[in-house]
Amino acid sequence: MSASNLYKPYLMKIEKITDEAPGVKTFRLAFTDENEGKQFAFKAGQFGEYSVFGEGECTFCIASSPTRAGYIECTFRQAGRVTNALANLDVGDTIGFRGPYGNIFPIGEWKGKNLLFIAGGIALPPMRCVIWNALDTRKNFKDVTILYGARTVADLVYKHELEEWAKMPDVKLITTVDPGGETPDWKGEIGFVPAVLEKIAPSSKNTVAIVCGPPIMIKYTFPVLEKLGFGANDIYTTLENRMKCGVGKCGRCNVGKYFVCKDGPVFTFTQIKELPPEY
Amino acid sequence: MEKKTLTKENLPEFLKKLQKDGNRIIAPKRTREKVDFSVIGSPDEIAGDYIQTVQSAKFAFFPKVEEILSFTADKSGVKMNDKDTEKIPHTIVFGLRPCDAAAVASLDAVFNWDYKDDLFNSRREKIGIIGLSCAKSDDDCFCTSLGFGPGDTRGSDILLTKLTSGDYLAEIITDRGKEMMNIAPELFTAEPMEAKEKNLAEVKKHFKPEDLAKRFPAAFDREDLWLEQSLRCIGCGACAFVCPVCACFDIQDEGTTQNGKRLRCWDACGFSLFTLHTSGHNPREAQNHRWRQRLMHKFAYMQDRLGVLGCVGCGRCSRACPADINILENVKMILEAK
Amino acid sequence: MKELREKARDLLKNKDVQVVIGYGDGTGGKPRAIFIRDPKNADRLIFNVKCEQNLAVYLMKHEVKKLGRPAIIATIPVVRSIIQLAAENQIAEGGVVILAVTPDGKLSEIKTLKDAETFVASNPPYTRPEDIEKLEQIEKMTVEERWTYWLDELSRCFKCYACRSGCPMCYCERCTIECNQPQWVSPASHHLGNVEWHIIRAMHIAGRCVNCGECARACPLDIPINLLTLKVSEDIRKNFGLTAGMSATLEYALSTFKTDDKEEFIR
Repeated sequence: MSASNLYKPYLMKIEKITDEAPGVKTFRLAFTDENEGKQFAFKAGQFGEYSVFGEGECTFCIASSPTRAGYIECTFRQAGRVTNALANLDVGDTIGFRGPYGNIFPIGEWKGKNLLFIAGGIALPPMRCVIWNALDTRKNFKDVTILYGARTVADLVYKHELEEWAKMPDVKLITTVDPGGETPDWKGEIGFVPAVLEKIAPSSKNTVAIVCGPPIMIKYTFPVLEKLGFGANDIYTTLENRMKCGVGKCGRCNVGKYFVCKDGPVFTFTQIKELPPEY
Repeated sequence: MEKKTLTKENLPEFLKKLQKDGNRIIAPKRTREKVDFSVIGSPDEIAGDYIQTVQSAKFAFFPKVEEILSFTADKSGVKMNDKDTEKIPHTIVFGLRPCDAAAVASLDAVFNWDYKDDLFNSRREKIGIIGLSCAKSDDDCFCTSLGFGPGDTRGSDILLTKLTSGDYLAEIITDRGKEMMNIAPELFTAEPMEAKEKNLAEVKKHFKPEDLAKRFPAAFDREDLWLEQSLRCIGCGACAFVCPVCACFDIQDEGTTQNGKRLRCWDACGFSLFTLHTSGHNPREAQNHRWRQRLMHKFAYMQDRLGVLGCVGCGRCSRACPADINILENVKMILEAK
Repeated sequence: MKELREKARDLLKNKDVQVVIGYGDGTGGKPRAIFIRDPKNADRLIFNVKCEQNLAVYLMKHEVKKLGRPAIIATIPVVRSIIQLAAENQIAEGGVVILAVTPDGKLSEIKTLKDAETFVASNPPYTRPEDIEKLEQIEKMTVEERWTYWLDELSRCFKCYACRSGCPMCYCERCTIECNQPQWVSPASHHLGNVEWHIIRAMHIAGRCVNCGECARACPLDIPINLLTLKVSEDIRKNFGLTAGMSATLEYALSTFKTDDKEEFIR
């Protein structure tokens, strides 16, 4: 964004729209100013403020991997004023983007380790950037396991990519739906994510776990990971909070003295345990 | 630091010279019974004999509504227009009490601690501050408990202290202060004989600033205290808006998707919507949790993360609160809690 | 005052109520709202001419409701607020014990809505002379002068919503200005945003306002917004013969229809 105005967004053209699930879409965005696009760089974990001019701004993670140049992607669910306005846009329309903001998944520190990705529902997007980042640099890591669940089959997002990941010989993908969410031809697991995690019982040795999901899923997943022997420093998650500025000034996303926009959105479980109960 | 005398006759002349030099002047002005900062035309509009203004002068640095950008959009795309910072007027804020002048450092910290906020900075760099020491204080003032004082020079470019004769001791504190003085150096005469301290208010010290870091962080869990302090809170934003340090804001788009503006407006952590997620989840659903945030932010988090206090002891919030929630009383309650 | 404290103590001791909402000593001689739960603390209750805050607003707050059945020290406008809240189904019969205090210092314990209605009927609404005077001044102005007057006053507003937060009638969980689909009223406090807000508030209060003056008392910037609601109340009274806070049966001018309503403007 313009160096002189912190709150002025980049102008982005919508290149591609994918309907992921009922009410959930993915936008692929390109910088209208090519030079800005060339200079833009981000790391997995970071987020941005996406805006519909005249409606407002909204906070989503950058869901594409930094290894893929020329575009960024975001996935969102229609819920309020801005997301509903976004959902009414077409390919070719222009939106605003401010970013990248926030801290990153320390993917450099995970070289040579096994990676265990655990995600639930609409929380796969914040993980997708780091999953693709890892898969695009596959030789840096040992085993890669992805456990992803949603309420129903229809709610699973990134269905094409799930198929891609399933076909990869060096990726172990387990998908699950909540009991009652299965279709007659469903071949994956049936059960809540924490329960399926306990069932597959991946090894915690030399493994980093990255967990994103609705608060209820996180609440029951962390104890399972601890039981499996994961240290709190080896479990990563992301937090969300209501945001406006994204740069630590508007005063609203803090959890205790930590700003989700600056000290997060990526946190280790050690840090989560230190946070006061206001998120 | 240079010390000069500015006589009571020369003070309005000095302000007029500053105006002639292209500055607008914001000073305390009396409207009905209360005094508040306002742009003034003539120095004789400036109020005397009051302890503190109702609102702070933070609107000069951080207006209650500010345009971030304007835009037009059509089939071919969106065009954005930046705010023209050239249009921001050079401003002298006159009559800031030492507590208010110190508060500017807290605003500087919020808007520059990491990313630099140019909306703020472009105004800040065009503002000169002529502070005015306090000859009187009331029970709501507690600047000395926070390490400030009625004659503190921090934050002022020039600090005036009224002497017994009615003339002023003028302390020229910063380079900018020197520049301001040099617009009319003939109006400033030799340093007065009378001691500054003789003319300063007595402000009772209730606690020491070091005490805050000792007690506040652990106070987060004292649900009982937060509830007791905030049960009568009606959840408005009066305390945040009159405060010289509170800088929380909202970003709102106005107009249509074809033609509009993006604005920054004041917001307050006391409002129920402040942290409400679109999903309906609210990390601070109860008013006592929002109250806790206010005090923890001011007296613990800001010092910890930004190295500045979130309060200067001006007492405005206590005076403005419709429910008589007294911040000094509540800070003491936390410090003295068993 | 002694009688007040004894009554409060008894109500708490007998567990008739779990909290007494009243006035206590505040900063520098100002009274403030206090919530007495322990009968031993009933001595903290005071009452004097400075006790003006409309305490009925606390009957609508979640944190106070959680404390249990309340008793409330009520001046005449506060009793009217409670009646209006009951008419709007916000307070149930027997939901609150009213300890009404009239300007002569007399205390009346009111337990039923019927008794409350009788009380306000015999203690008619009182408008402060200074407000009547100000209103008359404004009414003498031309339309352009009035617009200038209000634009001047309202431009100072910074949308702290103390007027809304202090008003017992503004109990909506999500106020009109907090609705963003669509954003009916601009949240920003520029001229238009301020005027929009105050006009909307006056309209939403029309026929419901008991003219307690709390909105103006709460305003930190001394904007006389109670004049707007006072004027609207007067208009409702003149055109529909209705006064808020007198009956626990809802008679809401702007949402009830009678076949003999005068509708000159649509004939």
